[in-house]
Amino acid sequence: MSTGSITRISGPVVYAQGLADAGLYDVVKVGAAGLIGEIIKLKGDQATIQIYEDNTLMRVGEPVECLHRPLSVALGPGLIGSIYDGIQRPLPVLKGVSGPFLAPGLAGEPLDSRKEWHFVPSISVGDPIAPGVVFGTIRETKSIEHRLIFDASVQASTAAYVAPEGDYTISATLVGASDGRTYGAVSYWPVRTPRRFKEKLVTREPLVTGLRVIDVLFPIAKGGSAAVPGGFGTGKTMTQHAIAKWCDADIIVYIGCGERGNEMTEVLTEFPTLIDPRTGRSLMERTILIANTSNMPVAAREVSIYTGITIAEYYRDMGYHVAVMADSTSRWAEALRELSGRLEEMPAEEGFPAYLPTRLAEFYERGGMVTTLEGKRGSVTIIGAVSPPGGDFSEPVTQHTKRFIRCFWALDRDLANARHYPAISWNDSYSEYTEDLVASWDAIDPAWVTLRTKAMEILKKERRLADIVRLIGPDALPDEQRLILLTADMIKDGFLQQNSFDRIDMYCAPPKQTLLLTCILTFHELAEQAIQNGSPLLTISALPIREKIVRLKSSLENERVQEGQAVIQEIRAAFAQLGTAAQGVISA
Amino acid sequence: MRGLEYRGILRADGPIVIAENRENVGFSELVRVRDRSGQYRLGRVVDLSQQAVAIQLFSENTGISIEDAWVEYLEKPLTFRVGEGIVGRIFNGLGEPIDGYPPIMSSDLRDINGRPINPSARVYPRDFIQTGISAIDGMNTLIRGQKLPIFSGNGLPHNRLAAQIVRQAKVLRGESQFAIVFAGMGIKYDVARFFIDSFEKSGVLARVVMFLSLADSPSIERLVTPRTALTAAEYLAYEKNMHVLVVMTDMTNYCEALREVSAARNEVPSRKGYPGYLYSDLASLYERAGKIEGCEGSITQLPILSMPNDDISHPIPDLTGYITEGQIVLERELAQRGIYPPIAGLPSLSRLMKDGIGEGMTREDHRDLAAQLFLAYAYVKTVRDLAAIIGEEELSDRDKVFLNFGDRFEREFLAQGEFENRSIEQTLDLGWKMLSILPESELVRIPPRFIEKYLPHEAAAASTAGATAPAPSAPAPKEL
Ligand SMILES: Nc1ncnc2c1ncn2[C@@H]1O[C@H](COP(=O)(O)OP(=O)(O)OP(=O)(O)O)[C@@H](O)[C@H]1O
Ligand SMILES: [Mg+2]
Repeated sequence: MSTGSITRISGPVVYAQGLADAGLYDVVKVGAAGLIGEIIKLKGDQATIQIYEDNTLMRVGEPVECLHRPLSVALGPGLIGSIYDGIQRPLPVLKGVSGPFLAPGLAGEPLDSRKEWHFVPSISVGDPIAPGVVFGTIRETKSIEHRLIFDASVQASTAAYVAPEGDYTISATLVGASDGRTYGAVSYWPVRTPRRFKEKLVTREPLVTGLRVIDVLFPIAKGGSAAVPGGFGTGKTMTQHAIAKWCDADIIVYIGCGERGNEMTEVLTEFPTLIDPRTGRSLMERTILIANTSNMPVAAREVSIYTGITIAEYYRDMGYHVAVMADSTSRWAEALRELSGRLEEMPAEEGFPAYLPTRLAEFYERGGMVTTLEGKRGSVTIIGAVSPPGGDFSEPVTQHTKRFIRCFWALDRDLANARHYPAISWNDSYSEYTEDLVASWDAIDPAWVTLRTKAMEILKKERRLADIVRLIGPDALPDEQRLILLTADMIKDGFLQQNSFDRIDMYCAPPKQTLLLTCILTFHELAEQAIQNGSPLLTISALPIREKIVRLKSSLENERVQEGQAVIQEIRAAFAQLGTAAQGVISA
Repeated sequence: MRGLEYRGILRADGPIVIAENRENVGFSELVRVRDRSGQYRLGRVVDLSQQAVAIQLFSENTGISIEDAWVEYLEKPLTFRVGEGIVGRIFNGLGEPIDGYPPIMSSDLRDINGRPINPSARVYPRDFIQTGISAIDGMNTLIRGQKLPIFSGNGLPHNRLAAQIVRQAKVLRGESQFAIVFAGMGIKYDVARFFIDSFEKSGVLARVVMFLSLADSPSIERLVTPRTALTAAEYLAYEKNMHVLVVMTDMTNYCEALREVSAARNEVPSRKGYPGYLYSDLASLYERAGKIEGCEGSITQLPILSMPNDDISHPIPDLTGYITEGQIVLERELAQRGIYPPIAGLPSLSRLMKDGIGEGMTREDHRDLAAQLFLAYAYVKTVRDLAAIIGEEELSDRDKVFLNFGDRFEREFLAQGEFENRSIEQTLDLGWKMLSILPESELVRIPPRFIEKYLPHEAAAASTAGATAPAPSAPAPKEL
């Protein structure tokens, strides 16, 4: 252990000397209070350190102790359901130590070392120890089996000892290697280093979110990456909360990075009461929270997204599909900017350091569908909120993020103001996964592609017509074109708009998604015919069935989707009647 | 060391003073600098090396000379002395009494920077506060423990609105102690006077703690004022179990001071010259609102800021909106049409509304009613744009109905008297009355069972008689 001393203090950035044998990115304990920091620059024996805690009253000359290991997370059973700060300190444990307010210098074990887990070995004495070998399993929650796997850092050897099936704490030795090393249920991995896998795969499986505008218009793949940019209050957090609740990932890592404390509390109070429709278990049993709120130390905010993604990769390596929500990547970028400013680096655009795009790329690159070292398929999907200043998407973080993601869910201020939620703009958003996902969606509903194309077409036509209407009013348009406006409104109100507080509509399963759109488009088709046959648009729009279609999303539960067929019959019947009525008028 | 003054500094540059590091100084430590006339200034260590100390003063540096300055290190961060005696008192931004009464008798000193609340120790705010103002209660509900700023502009009635909220705010259930903390930053004396008078008239002055750093005090003092005020608020809320409403005005002046200091330190600016850490800095204030476990009290923040040029995308309102739990936006156009309070219908938002309204809290129909009013009012804006081009007569019948709805909504629902205190039932019923102007088939955001139950009959709707007669309610004892 080498010990140096502080030479300069500039906010969360501290300079120290006498650390000749320290390594870059090594963890250090700084000052008399032993605050946790990380070496971010080394020159001779001069180190530049960022501190993850409040360093008020720290003095020049105080000691700096290097721990000679990089900043790492503890990985093992007990992660699920936890809430950590940016450097994986367990917040409930800290609360036990210092009460409701966080104090500097607090420590707490990330994983409960007293809890016993039921271990079932899957190797025997004499079996090889190598990266990717599963040596046992632990049931972490009712739905998550925690697979204990030797990671890429393990030394190849053979097992000289394997603990028999039984209950163990995380500090117990579960496997002893012939080279004398021992292994337990907990391992450590440096947060800034991506965990290894065998190969990256093209992803063709959708991550079903239960949000119609995403799943049908701008779908995302498991292992994909998406950005949710939007000005304040447009619904980034709500969108991420909704996805975290209802998407069909096995595990959710939710990173509150420089955002509100109350939003984390909301997850903590709400998720345990919600039931995962797939497992029948509480949603908290698949969720891990990283909370480094806006008022917590900024350096820890910078590291929080790495802490989160490393945990996500760990579960991916067990063969799970993990979805990471990062809210907000802009606040992370700002933390970079603030630290870079303290380091007196040359700023590039808007004060951000020149390496911002590289860091963003590295982060999104850690997502993906992979073959794990063990040979399973696992994925990390990354969904990052972006908070552009003034809601202007031309700023650096949005622009650079766009280069590294393939789904862009642009939130629109006007939609949000009109309380059309989710305010995902159908004009400015895109998904580059659509083509890759066709086969998977075909399996869910072969009509998906046609429905989606038709809906997009109508919305596109409506946009052009809306420009005309804005100039001359809708009355000047012929009925066929006014029907486009009518149908587009039905798509917006009855399909795209989805209230997160509507008990029935907050989660929409794929069969209901296609049903709703089928109803609207059937109505449209029949209306087109009716207009050709001489029915005026006014009578069509006055059909009571139209209102029923628009209300269907909040009246029909996911489980009762078969009853939707009756609605389609009703639509046909309504138009058939309209036809006879019209005929009657003509023949009269 | 306390009691030991070092003579001479190396440099003075705006609010930043550089001195030699002659004793073991701590980062962020409080410093006292005495000039040749014997006047003291407080400052804070912002950068520190083996040789030198950078001190940021909380007041002007005029009168400080290189030779004739005396620096004393106080070995603690800036603190505020708390005690029950602070209620009813007036302090300057640094927390020194300025009302002529004796100093606070207490040995309890608190670091004004506070500490971040552990997110797992927060209690999610849910208690509805009735302000008696329809635009707020009905559409942008205020919740106990929320931070809800007023985005205003020069000459708009934000002070009157804030005073009305303070006067009328009450919770529907439960009795408890309350207090008001007022932080005035760079405001004129007459604004401060207006608030004092208004507190006095409504009989709450004895429950107010005031922190005033008026326009004629050093601008740098504004950086400390809200922190001192929030330290007082935290003491009252979390130790004395009071419900504290904190009014902070004008946050724009605070941000200007921050920009000034940042420029003096030659920091790399981000947008419009404001420092890159403006977001984090504002968050360190706004996040001090809330409720915590094991404690009855709460801190509700009502910051007021004026948007430069009425521009909501200016960094100050923008970053504020990114931190607070919604915003009440005042609109010049409404004000010019004589509508008070001129609360903009669409850009205003309360994010905590969703969990604080509905059955058992306000009324079962509240959420859907509000959603429908928003939807309809948003369409009004589209229709008005169209009418501006093609003329009102050319509008379709449907659009004409919406135009009528829009006008009445603004005149009857949004607008109300400065002393008119509407109950939540009155507000909601009025909302339904507005909706009855529209054809029932337009009410797609409301389930039919509520329409049946609450939508007034045609006859009632047709009558244009004043909604709820503006009944100036007697200033009753309030709680927050
Ligand atoms: N899907 C939704 N259903 C219902 N309401 C929504 C939805 N999305 C957003 N809202 C409303 O909009 C408000 C703001 O949403 P949210 O907090 O997600 O915004 P944000 O983009 O994360 O803002 P910020 O950048 O300031 O954090 C919510 O409090 C809620 O009232
Ligand atoms: Mg958000």
